[in-house]
This record gives sequence, structure tokens and C-alpha cells, in this order.
Amino acid sequence: MKTILEVNNVSKKYSLSGINPAYQTLSGSMTNFFRGGKSNEREFWALNDVSFEVKEGDTLGIIGRNGAGKTTLLKIISRITSPTSGRITGKGKVTSLLEVGTGFHLELTGRENIYMNGSILGLKKKEIDAKLEEIVEFSGVEEFIDNPLKFYSSGMQLRLAFSIGAHLEPEILAIDEVLAVGDSLFQQKCIEKMTSIVKSGRTILFVSHNMQALKTICNKAIVLDAGKKVFDGTAEAAVDFYNTEHRLQGQTINLLDLPRGKYAGELIFRELRFATPAFQYGEDIAFTVLLKTVNPSARKDNVIFGANVVDRFGNNIYHISNILTNQPFTHNSDNDEYRFSIKNNLRPGQYRLTLCLTVNDVVQDFFTELINFTVEEGNPYGFSKTEFIQGLVFPGFEIKQIID
Amino acid sequence: MNSKDNTFVIDANSRTPLNLKEIWEFRELLYFFAWRDIKVKYKQTFLGVTWAFIQPFLMMLVLNIFFGQMLHFPSETLPYSVFAFTGLIIWNIFSSGTINSSNSMLTNAVIIKKNYFPRIILPLAAVIVSLFDFMVSFILFGGLLIWFRVLPDFFRFIAFFPLAVIIALITTIGTGVIIGAMSIRFRDFRIVMPFLIQLLLFITPVIYPISAISNKTLYYVLALNPMAGAISLARAALTYNPVDWTIIAISGGMAVFIFILGLLVFKKNETLISDLA
Repeated sequence: MKTILEVNNVSKKYSLSGINPAYQTLSGSMTNFFRGGKSNEREFWALNDVSFEVKEGDTLGIIGRNGAGKTTLLKIISRITSPTSGRITGKGKVTSLLEVGTGFHLELTGRENIYMNGSILGLKKKEIDAKLEEIVEFSGVEEFIDNPLKFYSSGMQLRLAFSIGAHLEPEILAIDEVLAVGDSLFQQKCIEKMTSIVKSGRTILFVSHNMQALKTICNKAIVLDAGKKVFDGTAEAAVDFYNTEHRLQGQTINLLDLPRGKYAGELIFRELRFATPAFQYGEDIAFTVLLKTVNPSARKDNVIFGANVVDRFGNNIYHISNILTNQPFTHNSDNDEYRFSIKNNLRPGQYRLTLCLTVNDVVQDFFTELINFTVEEGNPYGFSKTEFIQGLVFPGFEIKQIID
Repeated sequence: MNSKDNTFVIDANSRTPLNLKEIWEFRELLYFFAWRDIKVKYKQTFLGVTWAFIQPFLMMLVLNIFFGQMLHFPSETLPYSVFAFTGLIIWNIFSSGTINSSNSMLTNAVIIKKNYFPRIILPLAAVIVSLFDFMVSFILFGGLLIWFRVLPDFFRFIAFFPLAVIIALITTIGTGVIIGAMSIRFRDFRIVMPFLIQLLLFITPVIYPISAISNKTLYYVLALNPMAGAISLARAALTYNPVDWTIIAISGGMAVFIFILGLLVFKKNETLISDLA
């Protein structure tokens, strides 16, 4: 087998400047200029000296915790962002599917959106013309294809978006967990389509938290940890390695580095520790929060935490707070640990956590949907096909027949 | 198609020059972005594409009443309405083109962060949208010429008017890509641009002729603004007046300079765009 993609010593550095790394302002940059170019930038290596190669027809899984550098790696290979150092050589066209439906516009019709999205994904108009019928049929929205997208339900929009993605045929396809969403029947259809793409001999790079899907789809895998490659081998072995090495370690997130809005900031979030990087189905969502005192003279009584669990579609599923139970805390020292535990009946998938901290009714610190966590495959009913169960949560239930 | 032989290399240490071949390969995407923006812009509005000429038309009426009828601004042997309208449609290529292309990076940030294509396509598409608006208002412009019985010399018009549009276009592309690239790094540009464009309107001979400037030094300094030359040339296309080629040359030279500077600045910042957008 010929090598189709060779990644050599690739690294990527991001600079986190000041409190909001997302962008600079002119005044900030002028201040830096007058300070002699010294800025309060902090560096962060999203990828650190990663090398591997992919043979033609391989399906390579990329495994790692949140922030391990998986998406950055796909972005570099598909040229969305450039590496800080290193070199990549490859053969053929690379298309990345990091998100489905990018460029969809609600005012345009379904058909128009297929052309728009398809060409953003690198298809030529001729190729779209040829596949149009197949895409429309696959999506199951034939009837509405000439109506503006704004009249589609979110499920229909998603199906249309998936269909376009599923009909890409580049030599190298990079996919980032897009299969983890969508209604279950359609998701099944997508996995079948994916499997047929794999069988057609195309080379695929697949990032996923779903170890089951990864084992079925991929033949090889690499494991990333904090930007470094820590394992390279068969998909089975990689999943085993990841499960044993990393599941047990838990996950610590340094919150001081994350961008946050402007709040009082006298007492701020310092660190968040998850017991495990991924929760089993039904396992309590447990995490520990540590704080940092910025202003020692400020009051530290009446400390209230708020936390929301939000799903990928932005549905706010859980909201918890010690104000609901009327249990305000008094912060003694920065060594205090605040342990959260949330009963969990979430459907498997990825979730985001919103965290809020108030002292005496003044908001001190706030993270909106910044921290990701995963609930792994499974359901409480012993049903074999979790993906067929609908609904945002899987409640305990009882259905009884009363015989007359 | 045998694209399997297309070996590609991504190297952190090599800086590729502006890849015209690649932009050409993505020409369909350029078309689709422009097409989307035009379609979306007019699809929902009651009057649709008519808006593209209602705006300059109303502007012309107001300018005509105040500056033409009441203040008797000179208008280089043209009826003031035609004079002002010519200035406005050329100016609008620049003003809407620059604002749209400088916003294009931020409004399409989601697409930039998830897909690869030569980023310069976005500001270029924004300029095409402005060119489309220009072409629509050009129809009204034709009507206006007939109404006021302005009969330009055919060959003079064919030679001068497109050249004026080209000067305006390359200026717009140059400014648009500079501001587009800078607004990714400094969001301040987004706020300051509409205001700057408004200021520029007054130092551009849109409502007055550049020939009305009697101070010779100031006259040539104003020509450093490429839009001054473009508008003067567009008006010259309608008359039989002699053309001051010195100011056209100064403006044209500046336009080319801004265009090249724009491409260089954009190229230098291109790699940052998806990280900062």
C-alpha cells in the first residue's frame, strides 16, 4: 500500500493574550508597542511534534480527550489553519467535514443551499449537478427542496446537511464527530453510508469520542494527549490503550487560561477536575471546582455557584445551584474544594457546561458553554440499540398493563 | 479526472506567494458567495432589486435640490442631476464594496473556521456584490442620460467610463482586503469604517467637481485619492471637455499601489485569519 499522507513533526502554537485571547484591540496592541513589544501573551501548544503516516485506503481514528489537539490536527491537514512548524505531504484532494451545514442560509431554498454548502466543501458545480438527485433523495426532504430553509424543522436541516457531507468523494476525507448528532434512524443511515465509503477504498481520518463507532469504522488509530502522540497502532489497541491509560486519570482543566467575560473578578474559577474524562451512562456527573482569590480584601461570604448542562443543540437540560437549596458557602481559602455531583439520565453524547460564580449577588466569574464532557454509549433499559431511543434524557419509567 | 497525482505539501517554513492558480480553481465558490449575498440581500425585500437604484436616485434628488438648484454648484457642463448621479454610482462601488468586504471575514467567520478556501475570495465576492448594484443603477443612469438629453461621444464613453470603473474597482479591492485582514486582528475597524467612509465622501469630488479646486497643490493632493480620478474620468466620459490626464494618472497610480499593497497585507495576514476570526 502506498502512503497517501505523511505528517512530520507538526506543531501548532496558539498565543493567549490577556484575558480574552479571541481577538486584539488596537489600544491593547498600541500599549504593547509602547511597552517595547512585550505583551502579556501566554503560549499554548495545541500540537507538539506529531508525526504519523496514513496509507491509501486506511481509516485512521484520532482519539484523545477534550483539548488534546484532535481538531487542530484535522484543521492543519485540511489547511484551515497553518502549522507553526513541521511538514505535511499528501496526495490528492483533502476535504474536511468538521461541521455539517456550514454556510447554510435560512433565506435560500434547500436546493440553493446544497449548491452553496457543496461548493464550500470543495465540490465543483458539475459534481453537485451530478449528485443533486442522490443528495435530495438521501435527505428525505424532496417535497420541500424548493422552499426556503427557514421553513424546515431543525431535524430536516440537519438531514440535508448530512446528506451533502455523506456525498463527498475526495481522496482524503477528514471527519470530526459529525455522526454523533441527528435523529437516530437517520444516524443509522449515515453510519451505513460511511461504512460503504470506507469499503470504496477512500482514505478517512475520523475524530470521535464514540469508541464503539471508532472500532467499527477505523482500522488504525492514534491517541493524542496534550498535543502529543502517545499511541499509534490498530484501532482496537488504541481504544484499549486510551481506556486504560486515560479514563482512570480523570481530567483537570486550568480555567485561568480560558477566555471569560468581564465580571467583578474578585474571586474567580481556577480549576475544574472531572473524575473521568467521559462519564458512563447513568454515572453521576461529578466534578470539583477550585477558586482563586484575586482581591483578598473583598467579601467571601454568600458564595453561590450555578451550573448548566447544555447539549449540542443548545438545549439547556440541567440547571443546578446552591441557591435553589438555600446553602450559600463562605470561602475560607483557595484550598477549598467545591464538589459537584449531578444525577445523570442524559442520552449519550457531548455536552457543555456553563459555570457561574456570584458572591453577595455580584457575578464574579462566568463561563458559557466552554467546558465539554461526554456521556458514553448506553441506556438504562438494557435495549441493544441506544441510537433508536429518542428524547434528550432517558428517564426511569414504567408501563403497566392493568388487566380488567 | 486523475487528481491522485496532485501531491500537496504543507510546510510551516515555506511562505507561498499569492496563489492565483488556486484562486482560479475556486472561482465557482467566489461566484456562489457573491450569488448568495445578492440573492439574500434582495430576496426578502418588498421592492427587491429596485432598491439598488432607489438609494442613489433619492440621494441624487436631494443633492440636486440643495447643491444644484439652491447653491448652484458647478457641474462641468452637465445637468447637476447627471453630474451628481455619475459621482454617486462610482462612489457607491467604493463605499459599499469597502464596507462589505471589510465585514466579510467576520460575517463568514464560522465558515472560515471550519473549511479551507483561499480567504481572499470573501472580500472579492463582496466587491462583486457592489459591482452588481452598480450595474443595476447603471440602467437608471442610462434613463437619466436620455431624460436630460445628454449625448456622450460613443467612443469617448466606451474608452473612459469602463476605465473609471476599473480604477474604482481595484481601489475597492485593495482597501477592502486591507481592512478585511486588519479587522480580524483589530475589531475597531468595524466600528470606524462607516465613519471613515463618510469622511472620505467629503474629500472626494462627488457633489462638487475637482476642477472647482483653485489651489493647485490641493488639487493634486486630492487626486491622490483614486476615487477622485475615477469620478472625474466617469464624468469626462459624458462630456466633450478636455481631460486633465495628470490627475487621472496620479489616481490610477495610487489605485494600483493600494491594490498591490492590499494583496501583500492580506497575504501576510492570511494564515492568522482562521485562528483569530
